[in-house]
Amino acid sequence: MSERILSVENLTLRFGGLTALDEVSFHIEQGEILGLIGPNGAGKTTCFNAVTGVYRPTSGDILFQGRSIVGLKKHKITQQGIARTFQNIRLFPTMTALENVLVGADAQHSTGMFSALFRLPKHRREESQGHERAMELLRFMGIHRKADELAANMSYGDQRRLEIARAMATGPKLICLDEPAAGFNPAEKVELMELIRKVRDQGYTVLLIEHDMKLVMGVTDRIVVLEFGRKIAEGSPAEIRDNPAVIAAYLGVDEEDAS
Amino acid sequence: MSFKSKVAGLPTPVKVLVWVLVAAFAYILPLLELPIISTPDSDFASVLFTVSIYCLVALGLNIVVGYAGLLDLGYVGFYAIGAYTVAILTSFHASWPLLLAIPVAVVVAMISGVILGAPTLRVRGDYLAIVTLGFGEIIRLVAVNTEWLGGSKGINNIGRPPNLGDPDKDGLFQVPHLFWGDGTVLVDTKDTTHFLIFGYADAVPYYWMGLTAVIVVLIADVLIKNSRVGRAWEATREDEDAAELMGVPTFKFKLLAFSTGAFVGGLAGALFASRQSFINPQSFLLLFSILYLAAVVVGGQGNRWGVLLGAGLVAYLPERFRGFEDFRVLAFGLALVLLATLRPEGVLPPRRTVRARQLEHELDELEEGSDGEEEARV
Repeated sequence: MSERILSVENLTLRFGGLTALDEVSFHIEQGEILGLIGPNGAGKTTCFNAVTGVYRPTSGDILFQGRSIVGLKKHKITQQGIARTFQNIRLFPTMTALENVLVGADAQHSTGMFSALFRLPKHRREESQGHERAMELLRFMGIHRKADELAANMSYGDQRRLEIARAMATGPKLICLDEPAAGFNPAEKVELMELIRKVRDQGYTVLLIEHDMKLVMGVTDRIVVLEFGRKIAEGSPAEIRDNPAVIAAYLGVDEEDAS
Repeated sequence: MSFKSKVAGLPTPVKVLVWVLVAAFAYILPLLELPIISTPDSDFASVLFTVSIYCLVALGLNIVVGYAGLLDLGYVGFYAIGAYTVAILTSFHASWPLLLAIPVAVVVAMISGVILGAPTLRVRGDYLAIVTLGFGEIIRLVAVNTEWLGGSKGINNIGRPPNLGDPDKDGLFQVPHLFWGDGTVLVDTKDTTHFLIFGYADAVPYYWMGLTAVIVVLIADVLIKNSRVGRAWEATREDEDAAELMGVPTFKFKLLAFSTGAFVGGLAGALFASRQSFINPQSFLLLFSILYLAAVVVGGQGNRWGVLLGAGLVAYLPERFRGFEDFRVLAFGLALVLLATLRPEGVLPPRRTVRARQLEHELDELEEGSDGEEEARV
């Protein structure tokens, strides 16, 4: 259980003069749900983007299953087993729900032009495997009845669920969810919490960015708190709840108290 | 849509039969000499050959523009490369048989697609359009200024496809055309097509050759689109960054789309050169790139049947109305403007746009509240 699946070591990311991430270090253990929280602009999504290869770190290292993934192409990182969703939904809007998930499943496939053109056994095998897996995931998310619906025409909640299904289809070991509950009502949030637990129970490790403290406290095993690009706290939900630095970051403190 | 679902609901043997009948009709079309649709002012078979070449080009360009979403304004460049390769190999610098030169021509076009794509596919959208626009012009200007390529005089005596049967004995057999009199249909035994003699006067065998190429490319298009490759192209078109993060090597697939499009464009150019028997740089003006793109956009980019229809319209209408002399260009322009106004997604939009449009404003209303989210992204 205590095997480290991802460790971020002294990660620093600068955009010109702006330091978005400053010597951030944390790790995720196999099979846990780690929450990454912090006020707006703390660098949570930037941290995600560095892990998934969108940004190249200025310094520091990111190890996935013991190997550095810094400098790898984005699709290579996905193929190695890190999948993600997006804060503002980024599905393929004019493709059906099923096709969206199939694109994810294709990450583990290698059918090329030639196999497709001559319908070689490889194409058929991968195609049927992909369809099976995609339908299974849509059922898991409870949106299998909308498999042939265009992604753009689905409801907001279903789009969020579809994004998680698509990420799971890539065959990841670590799933990074970027504010999956944004725009959800309280009832939907509870449902989503259950879902995230179910995802973990299927053997995935989850990295979760979330604003909603109740949701984060309820579902995560450990929490890392960022503020202004620095890690200010790390620990179990109970420890984080009582941490004065975290309370200060979220509620603010008077000038005199701070100094 | 209802038509499509009706066709899809038919049992497989019936479907196959329908397609065979459609193909058979396409093959005998130039022999029927049907009134109204035949072109009174130019040879109908020649017009049909041009239509088949436009269909080929539109199918190829649809892969690049419609599927992968790469705006290519220099497609005529690949067409020219295919034509010039055939011209050089069968006439100007060697005397290869045409059937050997065509595979070389498409491979050369494909390689040129990779050479152009490798550095330029890193730029997106309008920038790519400008780069490809330059490419098309560069190919033409190189042809104008290089003596080895015939310069502005061009190349003639380009190889013809091999005949089946003896040309002196009128081929294997002769196929008569129909003649439409006043209310009667006669078999015109004086007007016959020799099977299968590729002569200068009769364009029907060339049309058959072009049509065969269209059918082969069409089948390949269906097979590739319904596979990992087709999905990867669509995902790249929809959201390149998201596709990359879902494990799609977008650059590789864009390059594949580009070279596949170049392959088909080169094939079209090679067939065109063989039929014309003469090419010069005037055959590959920028105007043609625009016309090809017009065919794709008018028909409905992303829908293979749409672009075939678009290619048919763009190639056929100006010939049908040749009798109007100079006014035909005006009429053609008016027709395009009307189409753009009445059917902005193309005559036959792909299913996505039909369904998406129905729910578009519904979605707009739903998404009005989510503008703030865009800014909140770190």
